[in-house]
Amino acid sequence: MSRSLLVIFATLLCLLALTVAAAFVDFDRYLPGHNWGLRIALSIAIAKALLIALYFMHLKRDSRVTVAFAVAGVLWLAIFTVLTVADYATRNHPPELNFKGEPRYLQASTR
Amino acid sequence: MTSHAAVEPPPAFQFEDAAQQSNAATLGMWAFLASEVLFFGSLVVSLMICRLRWPQAFAEGAKELKWWLGAINTAVLLGSSYAMALAVEAAEKQIAKRVIRNLLITASLGIIFLAIKGTEYGLEYHDHLIPAINYSAVAPDGAERLPQVQLFMIFYFLLTLLHAFHMLIGLTGIGIIAIRARRPGYVERSKNMIDGLGLYWHFVDIVWVFLFPMLYLLRHP
Repeated sequence: MSRSLLVIFATLLCLLALTVAAAFVDFDRYLPGHNWGLRIALSIAIAKALLIALYFMHLKRDSRVTVAFAVAGVLWLAIFTVLTVADYATRNHPPELNFKGEPRYLQASTR
Repeated sequence: MTSHAAVEPPPAFQFEDAAQQSNAATLGMWAFLASEVLFFGSLVVSLMICRLRWPQAFAEGAKELKWWLGAINTAVLLGSSYAMALAVEAAEKQIAKRVIRNLLITASLGIIFLAIKGTEYGLEYHDHLIPAINYSAVAPDGAERLPQVQLFMIFYFLLTLLHAFHMLIGLTGIGIIAIRARRPGYVERSKNMIDGLGLYWHFVDIVWVFLFPMLYLLRHP
């Protein structure tokens, strides 16, 4: 058991090094789409959080009710996030401006 | 109360057995942590929405933070979480000495984290990055700061100070239990409490695992 905890700790440190290294690459320059830096940083953070929750917080050997409680918090956050982002993405800004306050005719042409 | 290590204390009267009591304790802690997920989560989502709205200024703000101090702090906090996991494991095996030792390591690393954080705040004061206290629209290198860098710094201080406050609560708990664990029989009776403290400490670690990349590492607009 102590041994597996050490392995998890070492993995967490490797992921930390990975996320720091990734921060110095401007992915948006090489990959199509937007916000690759944010997507990669978030994915690594979620992987780290899962490792901590499953092994350090021993969620893996806890009862299913406990797992349901843990998932409930994250699920609510996901629901609120989706609703909030949907609002920001579709809200009627001043008609001639988009979310970032740029003129709408720029949207199709830039990027 | 007996000090003999192998004797399990009887469960409280409302529980069938010790296993059910332990499950109930874990469940209660997770219910609290689920509310904390929403507390910190809503703030991080606000930060992300503002970042999408002003990518240039928020990337500029992230570049003004000392990423290496944040990275060292992440490693320190992960280490303290590991020590806490060892303490909880020792409590399950009812080895009081190892519990105390690992709790003290956890607390020392937590204090190192707060010391580094304090140093960072000092450097940010020096760089005129603290809104309402010492903020300047001109960076130390003479470049003009975008106006929303100030908003980024408000997010930074709100989130890191809330996190530091949670760490202070955790450190207080660790200190109390580490002192009490020297009493004979305490660790045997308090397995569930030590486990709950561990869950809380790991949660504070998870919060930092998200705060570090979201604040320090999004350096490209």
